[in-house]
Amino acid sequence: MAGVFAPTRAKIAERTLRTDKWWLQPLITVVVLVSFIIYATIRAFEGKNYFAEPLISPFYSPCLTNGCPDGASLLGQPFGTIAIFGMVISPALFILIFPLGFRMTCYYYRKAYYRSFWQSPPACAVAEPHKTYTGETRAPLILQNGHRWFFFAGLIFNVLLTIDAVLAFRNADGQWGHLSVGTLVLLTNATLLWLYSASCHTCRHTIGGRLRNFSKHPVRYKLWGWVSVLNHRHPTFAWISLFGVALSDVYVRAVASGSITNFYFF
Amino acid sequence: MSAAEKMVKLRIWRGDAKDGALQDVEVEANEGEVVLDVIHRVQATQMSDLAVRWNCKAGKCGSCSMEINGKPRLACMTRMNMFEEGETITVTPLRAFPVIRDLVTDVSFNYKKAMEIPAFAGPTDLKPGEYRMQQVDVERSQEFRKCIECFLCQDTCHVIRDHEENKKSFAGPRFFIRIAELDMHPLDTLRNRKKTAQEEHGLGMCNITKCCTEVCPEHIRITDNAIIPMKERVVDEKYDPIRWLGSKIRKREGIN
Ligand code: SF4
Ligand code: SF4
Ligand code: FES
Ligand code: FES
Repeated sequence: MAGVFAPTRAKIAERTLRTDKWWLQPLITVVVLVSFIIYATIRAFEGKNYFAEPLISPFYSPCLTNGCPDGASLLGQPFGTIAIFGMVISPALFILIFPLGFRMTCYYYRKAYYRSFWQSPPACAVAEPHKTYTGETRAPLILQNGHRWFFFAGLIFNVLLTIDAVLAFRNADGQWGHLSVGTLVLLTNATLLWLYSASCHTCRHTIGGRLRNFSKHPVRYKLWGWVSVLNHRHPTFAWISLFGVALSDVYVRAVASGSITNFYFF
Repeated sequence: MSAAEKMVKLRIWRGDAKDGALQDVEVEANEGEVVLDVIHRVQATQMSDLAVRWNCKAGKCGSCSMEINGKPRLACMTRMNMFEEGETITVTPLRAFPVIRDLVTDVSFNYKKAMEIPAFAGPTDLKPGEYRMQQVDVERSQEFRKCIECFLCQDTCHVIRDHEENKKSFAGPRFFIRIAELDMHPLDTLRNRKKTAQEEHGLGMCNITKCCTEVCPEHIRITDNAIIPMKERVVDEKYDPIRWLGSKIRKREGIN
């Protein structure tokens, strides 16, 4: 940590002279992300209580194994049943890598976890604890440059989860034209995920940011302007869509396990 | 002492490249003053040899950069009324650059980095004065032209603030906005700016933790509008096989 203590710099013993609560933000980030990871891991391995006609938890959609209940498998069951040492692998584990990879490589989450978990830096003008630093120039962090592939995979998931929300306009017997709390839950979740994707920096770049002459591409320029407005709110969408996914799962689990009934407005 | 005046406590770093320490002073402060005013009063009344760099007192020259309560700021734009009553205000020189004396640092690192970036290269078939550009095409770059070269972003960037050895391979946020400005410029003809940003100017060292954006007194959205777009452009060129193939087939850079 030669940095601020390097021989040519002003001799000051403290690693930072900040007087505000600079440690609060990273602390909150750690607490929230760790809670989410613990909850998601437990739920992903649980392998049950993720489907209650017509609702499916976002952790389990699309359900791709033989063990999935009828109606939960939008894309069929290509994986059959795969077991390791006699333990059947939960269908969530086949799909969670995509949303996980999307969020792990997200420019905003990168900022959040580099600061809070890796302390690089913990806050602005607070010296980081590491001796050397190479940023995102080497493996594994150079792989962050693959964010766009996860972005496109994320779009496919958004479509699937939107279909799940539309399917939730049915009642438990499969008749259309009904609206329940579960419908609203899945609909909100899908909307938040679309907002998260639409505000993504890769989206902003792809839709128009990469152009040199906006004047030659008036439509893309317009779209870029809209995406830029959303992009400004990307951190907000990143957090609320994360809560959205978790709370949708909590709701579906509660219904599927029988602790509450899904209330129908009509 | 009139009602609008009060005494404030300051801790000012005094010293040079060899040694130095924080020194306590108490000084009068008036309604509506900024930190630079108070430092000037210290200079006038108690420390006549206190070294401090300043010029415009209007947040436009970028000279009075220093660290106030540990945060990189312009002293002329930091109002005294943002501090608590009775709070001791700590003032130090920028901690990423070599100190010369007291609050003055040697920022020549930044001038060296500026020279390493190839200048605007206009089209050869047009004479200056014949350039024509649409407003929508230059809008993005205009945000970056607001830079006053205070180097607060350079000072706060942990890549060099915390790692002296990275200075040789890292241009820093102020120069990433310069590169972005030129790469987005409708008439610039140098087409290797993305490649050199990554390979020579250290764009990949930035981990987008946004401290540069947090301290910029001109509120330039350095990370969102310059660094991340440049990172995406670098991916187009270096790490995206599909785009790369497309650009080979069409024999052009793909950006237009
Ligand atoms: S966002 Fe990048 S350039 Fe800006 S301060 Fe952080 S690491 Fe440095
Ligand atoms: S980008 Fe902002 S912080 Fe950096 S030198 Fe320019 S005005 Fe100062
Ligand atoms: S999802 Fe956050 S930047 Fe792409
Ligand atoms: S004196 Fe010019 S910016 Fe402060």
